[in-house]
Amino acid sequence: MSKNKLLSGPYLLFILCGTVIPLLAILYYALVDKNGSFTLRNIASVAEPVHLKALGLSLLLAFICTVICLLLAFPLGLLLRKSGGKNKGFVIFMLILPMWMNFLLRTIAWKVLLQKTGVINSILAALGISNGINIINTPYAVVLGMVYDFLPFMILPIYNVMIKIDNSLVEAAYDLGASSFKVMKDVLLPLSMPGIISGITMTFVPAMTTFAISQILGGGNIYLIGNIIELEFLHGGSRNVGSGLSMVMMVFILISMALLNKFDKNGEGTVI
Amino acid sequence: MKKAGKILYVGLIFLFLYLPILTLVVLSFNDSERTTGVWRGFTLRWFEEIFQREDILEALFNTLLIALIASVVATIVGVAACVGIQAMTTRTKKVVLQLTNIPMVNAEIVTAISLLLTFAMFGISLGLGTILFSHICFCLPYVILNVLPKLRQTGVSAYEAARDLGATPVKAFFSVVLPDIMPGVSTGFLMSFTMSVDDFVITYFTRGAGINTLSTLIYSQQKVGIRSSLCALSTVIFLLVLLILLVRMFVIDRIGRTQTVKGGS
Amino acid sequence: MANILELVHVSKSFDNEMVLDDLNLEIKENTFMTLLGPSGCGKTTTLRIIGGFTTPDSGKVLFEGRDITNLPPNKRHLNTVFQKYALFPHMNVGDNIAYGLKISGKSKSYIDSKIDYALKLVNMDGYKNRAVTQLSGGQQQRIAIARAIVNEPKVLLLDEPLGALDLKLRQDMQYELIRLKNELGITFIYVTHDQEEALTMSDTVVVMNQGYIQQMGSPENIYNEPENAFVATFIGDSNIIDSIMIHDELVRICGVNFPCVDKGFGVNKPVDVVIRPEDVILDEVGKGQLDGVVTHLIFKGVHYEMEVMAGGFEWLVQSTVLQPVGKEVSLRVDPFNIQIMNKPASEDEEAVVVDV
Repeated sequence: MSKNKLLSGPYLLFILCGTVIPLLAILYYALVDKNGSFTLRNIASVAEPVHLKALGLSLLLAFICTVICLLLAFPLGLLLRKSGGKNKGFVIFMLILPMWMNFLLRTIAWKVLLQKTGVINSILAALGISNGINIINTPYAVVLGMVYDFLPFMILPIYNVMIKIDNSLVEAAYDLGASSFKVMKDVLLPLSMPGIISGITMTFVPAMTTFAISQILGGGNIYLIGNIIELEFLHGGSRNVGSGLSMVMMVFILISMALLNKFDKNGEGTVI
Repeated sequence: MKKAGKILYVGLIFLFLYLPILTLVVLSFNDSERTTGVWRGFTLRWFEEIFQREDILEALFNTLLIALIASVVATIVGVAACVGIQAMTTRTKKVVLQLTNIPMVNAEIVTAISLLLTFAMFGISLGLGTILFSHICFCLPYVILNVLPKLRQTGVSAYEAARDLGATPVKAFFSVVLPDIMPGVSTGFLMSFTMSVDDFVITYFTRGAGINTLSTLIYSQQKVGIRSSLCALSTVIFLLVLLILLVRMFVIDRIGRTQTVKGGS
Repeated sequence: MANILELVHVSKSFDNEMVLDDLNLEIKENTFMTLLGPSGCGKTTTLRIIGGFTTPDSGKVLFEGRDITNLPPNKRHLNTVFQKYALFPHMNVGDNIAYGLKISGKSKSYIDSKIDYALKLVNMDGYKNRAVTQLSGGQQQRIAIARAIVNEPKVLLLDEPLGALDLKLRQDMQYELIRLKNELGITFIYVTHDQEEALTMSDTVVVMNQGYIQQMGSPENIYNEPENAFVATFIGDSNIIDSIMIHDELVRICGVNFPCVDKGFGVNKPVDVVIRPEDVILDEVGKGQLDGVVTHLIFKGVHYEMEVMAGGFEWLVQSTVLQPVGKEVSLRVDPFNIQIMNKPASEDEEAVVVDV
């Protein structure tokens, strides 16, 4: 049996070279300057107004995106749950299918749709609404793109958890006198919590760190922390500063996740 | 009335999810060289142009080549790793599994720059090789997380029974264990392939100059507008996948039914 | 005693399949009534209609004379103990029991005393703060009952509550349920496919099949005087033999005339005869009413079970006296142990509609 352990050798090598060393590399680059001597400047550079603004905007937009996704996905989960488990395969198929169109293209399609002379405004004009919606190249468009790209990642875990909730629990709550709202609040919501938590994680982290969505729908005017890091690494900035900012970003993600977990634990105790 | 509202809600969400796809499909028939919001008439020429544009063909080739090699390597390394992980002590296993989870929960851009820095640190020049290595790294967790639970279900008893009946360890693995964990292996492989084809961020950071996959090619054109032939190619891929999934669903449905009939009799 | 619940001409079908067909049922106050039948007989649907989880296609449900057919379950003064307990996994034992009381806005002190009372009643004292997921099946069942009864329902619905428990626990819980019913003084409506459970606990047993009530009566009545072949075979073992009613109090079984006690079936009329295996007495050849040969023998613990070929019919016989295979014996049946039933006119009528 101990010989079998050797079979994981190649994988451990991949973990070492592809996960452990790279993470240490970020740490190293974040703590040295161009010449390799120790400095805290890279990390302190987050205090620069441009960086601070980008970090703040990233947190804000990711938060708004997560809340909207949750508000859209939870009722959808409730409705799809009611339609029963026999449609499960079809529902998941319908949710996953869009992912087979390249996500950049799908985001670019929104750019086309939202343009001043784009499809949506043409339709609105035909309906007699002349002003139309003018959100392209604004944070609103970026949030829309985020919601669009990450909504399935909120819906899927919530739906997966909800569909497994035994219907007799719902019936038991009704039987004990609960109204529909009470059943939702006391039974379905707390029991969906694991799905909601993983949905929030799967939505918040990519939204917080994206640079492509803000680039495409922000028209180059909107800088999220991801855009700053991209600039530092690929467009003539400093890798050290980029690493420093990445470290700070990771810290903020970890804090958010910790808050989420704390909320979850509190939630479990006080749901009633 | 209440029911109509519910159907409307579900319908609107799915409209939201499918509207851009519909747009792209329509745009690939639009008689305009690059994507715009203006309809200039119906044409099929972008579907022809796919085969004439070298940049598109090369990106397609790179995308498929990287996805194929990365998912095959990840599957082989991953399955072997699972067998090894099973044999580990509980504590080591826990550490390995936590390390496995890192690329799954980490932000893509962080994974990407961490790999980029590592290549830079060791003086490895960026190219197809670095993309491949990076893709294998982020595909591996999908294989492991799909195969390990199956392997746990199978347990050692089937393997030991095969050994008891005279099979060599290798023979026992391929004749008894592998068929049993095959669903997990194929899911892991397919997820790896999909993730690799779909990847943008990691490829974008770890590719060398002049190397493009479909994702990076699309991104490079996003400011000036996407070539309509690129839309056409995506439409073809999308419809192809749709067809495969529908056939698969139909076949699985039928197999499932015949199995229940057999089980029932 | 007054009727607490009435089902009037209730019909229900799912996907064009008739599950209940014009069902009429009256349930008296303070009785233990069991709906008994094989799966798919409509017993669970009947219970769900009473609980409010299923709406009948036609017909009415009356609760204390009031029409509650379209009242949702949360507005009904009855509570259900679910098949798989359906305890809320994210709440502890106390919170589960308190749930209904909190919704009806009871005071905290009232709720606390009710929880203690209910836990004592189901012998689960001191479990208030336990997680329900840590409880065994039997304990979960008790909590499920406690959660239902603290709301002081006038009727408690129980949907195969003992189905998931092992044999020993099931028998213990049967006694517990009888005790509970007597202490609470409310109506229990119990659904099961287990005839032993039904006979042990009930005041009234309703045997159902294919959406119809086959027979309704006391356990003794159902067992001793089954009204048709379905009831006779479903409840216990029995010999059901094609026979001819010669005239009142005389029936020809397997070509031999047996005196019996039934009247009013007409003259020379084909009938079904039910004889319980324990009512067949074996004697030496020539001394009984019908001679035959023992063909099979099994030791069952309390008694021996034998099959005797006699008069062209394989008789099932239970006796504490062993008769070896191949031995020639003679059968005897006391007149009051012969139960005469009308033959069903058709397959469909096997599900006789009984107006109660």
